[in-house]
Amino acid sequence: MPDGGLASVLDVKDLKTVFRTRRGEVHAVNNVTFHLEAGELLGVVGESGSGKSVTMMSLIGLLPQPPAEIRGGTVRFEGKDLLACTEEELRAVRGARIGFVFQDPMTSLNPVFPVGFQIVEPLRKHMKLSKSKARDRAVELLELVGIPDARRRLDDYPHQFSGGMRQRVMIAIALACDPQVLIADEPTTALDVTIQAQILELIKELRHKLGMAIVWITHDLGVIAGIADRVMVMYGGQVVEQGPVKELFANPKHPYTRMLLETVPSVRGDRVERLRVIQGQPPILAQDPDSCPFRPRCPFAFERCARQNPPRLPVGPGHDAACFWNVDTGAPRDV
Amino acid sequence: MLTYTIRRLILAVPTLLFISLVIFLIVKLSPSDPTAGLPLTIPPEVREQIRQSLGVNDPVFVQYFKWLKLMVWNEPLHLIESWTGWQVGPEGPRIISYQTRSPVMDLIMQRMPQTLWVVGTSYIVGILIAVPIGVISAYRQYSIFDQVGTFISMLGFSVPTFFTGVLFIVIFAVQLGWFPSVYDTTHVVTDWDSFVVQLKQIIMPVMVLGLYNASQISRFMRASMLDNLNQDYVRTARAKGLTEKVVVLVHVLRNSMIPVVTVIALNVPSVFGGAIITEQVFKVNGIGQLLIIAIQGGDIPVVQTVSFIFAILIVLFNLLADVLYGVLDPRIRYD
Repeated sequence: MPDGGLASVLDVKDLKTVFRTRRGEVHAVNNVTFHLEAGELLGVVGESGSGKSVTMMSLIGLLPQPPAEIRGGTVRFEGKDLLACTEEELRAVRGARIGFVFQDPMTSLNPVFPVGFQIVEPLRKHMKLSKSKARDRAVELLELVGIPDARRRLDDYPHQFSGGMRQRVMIAIALACDPQVLIADEPTTALDVTIQAQILELIKELRHKLGMAIVWITHDLGVIAGIADRVMVMYGGQVVEQGPVKELFANPKHPYTRMLLETVPSVRGDRVERLRVIQGQPPILAQDPDSCPFRPRCPFAFERCARQNPPRLPVGPGHDAACFWNVDTGAPRDV
Repeated sequence: MLTYTIRRLILAVPTLLFISLVIFLIVKLSPSDPTAGLPLTIPPEVREQIRQSLGVNDPVFVQYFKWLKLMVWNEPLHLIESWTGWQVGPEGPRIISYQTRSPVMDLIMQRMPQTLWVVGTSYIVGILIAVPIGVISAYRQYSIFDQVGTFISMLGFSVPTFFTGVLFIVIFAVQLGWFPSVYDTTHVVTDWDSFVVQLKQIIMPVMVLGLYNASQISRFMRASMLDNLNQDYVRTARAKGLTEKVVVLVHVLRNSMIPVVTVIALNVPSVFGGAIITEQVFKVNGIGQLLIIAIQGGDIPVVQTVSFIFAILIVLFNLLADVLYGVLDPRIRYD
């Protein structure tokens, strides 16, 4: 078993989330297993609809139920199974032990409250700080995320901040109570490239300063290569490959990862060929959870892939891929 | 905000002048004779003298400017005099009702308290019922509560008050005999028993109008809540570990109230005007009834004055709605 190291702060096993819709059940998260080690940065990559966000939202009870329904699995965090916790217990974890940063900073902050109020809220609730203490801490946090003139800006409203500054405020909120884990759901996707770089630098710096573990969800492979320790590739609601960042980028074992890496245009060297694309459409997650989700687009698919959903097989140290095909030897794996 | 308000108030002046001209001319167009209600035994030359003294033989524009001067200068001063006791009321004519021969403004002031009591109470009751219903309906969308609430508000919204009024009288006054069918405006509350009598007589008109107002406002409230419940900032609030109560009643409600407060403010003038029919049904001798009697009796000065007061209220509350919008929504700044 490649997962479940001793030092893991978050340990997710066989997480299964379905959405009930009029047209039947949608398997959005299908037996997802992963762990997060203390202080590490785990990158989660995958195209839109691959279940990245839903996985993270599931483990902390942020999905509206119904239509979502968590079918099974365990999420070990600080000695508790989060899936077995009451809403009350989960609330004590959310925002206090696990912080969140979401994709769109333009809409993620409440437009009618000053940012100071929004940062102070979790401090008052989880750390039971007095009003003035919480305000002081809010100033500290804003300074930490690099907002100049922090004390004066506490009473400003979100619309008075630029996109990048708002995302900094979001990060300040997420870090307010010194969380053990920070889940960043495409935090730089809505920002332009220079601001994106600034936010990445900020996160790198904060990570070393505060020593927390980070889950970084993105569909940008470049971002992941720059900051992650370990990468988890998701496709069709399941983890298809997982491994240390260098190893995975240098030596991808799953056909999907391989093709995904080929789609990244290179800025170095001559432009000789057309940009590669992965043929076909990403799966609508309603498919049968008992066959390989990548099968319809996979050039190596064979008869077994339709019969059985491949388990994650070890392919190297700390590296595993969910595929029956050995891309190196060009033959099916013997499992 | 202040300069904006002042600018809007100044802009309101030409608007109101134009409205006053239109109202004056339209009412003037109706073929009516101020002496028509007088006994037939009055000889024609005396009638002519009466017309002369009332000024109806003057050119229309002379009449208009005379009326306008009384309306915007003399009558307000008389009002101030009657409220404060200062001797500021100018000498000279006032706007006189053809039917009663008393100053129109005095008639309005006699009628105003009844209207404010009955219709104002119903408006407040309507708001107090509508806001919680709208909030719960949206939060538990498609629940039984929501379905029943939607049904009742559709009913309350689409059934006219002259129907519900009569229906209530038939059920509660005639069949059950719980409440009187006529609102006695001469009733004075002095002790507990007379308070109960007042309560009993006010219940039916307040219920009829309150149902109508509550239906309308609760629909707005529900729609506005639904708009906001799916916003990203709600997810952020939940991710901070706030309780549902705080998420809904602080974060969502504050945002949802912005359009609802505007609708409430815009509808205040209809508190004065819209209750015309209900006042008639329950024999409340308020402004609405005054207007109806004046229309039936061809009492042109009363019709003109009451209509113009409605126009002033509508313009003022439009301004108030805009100002409130700016107060509630920090993104809107008029300066």
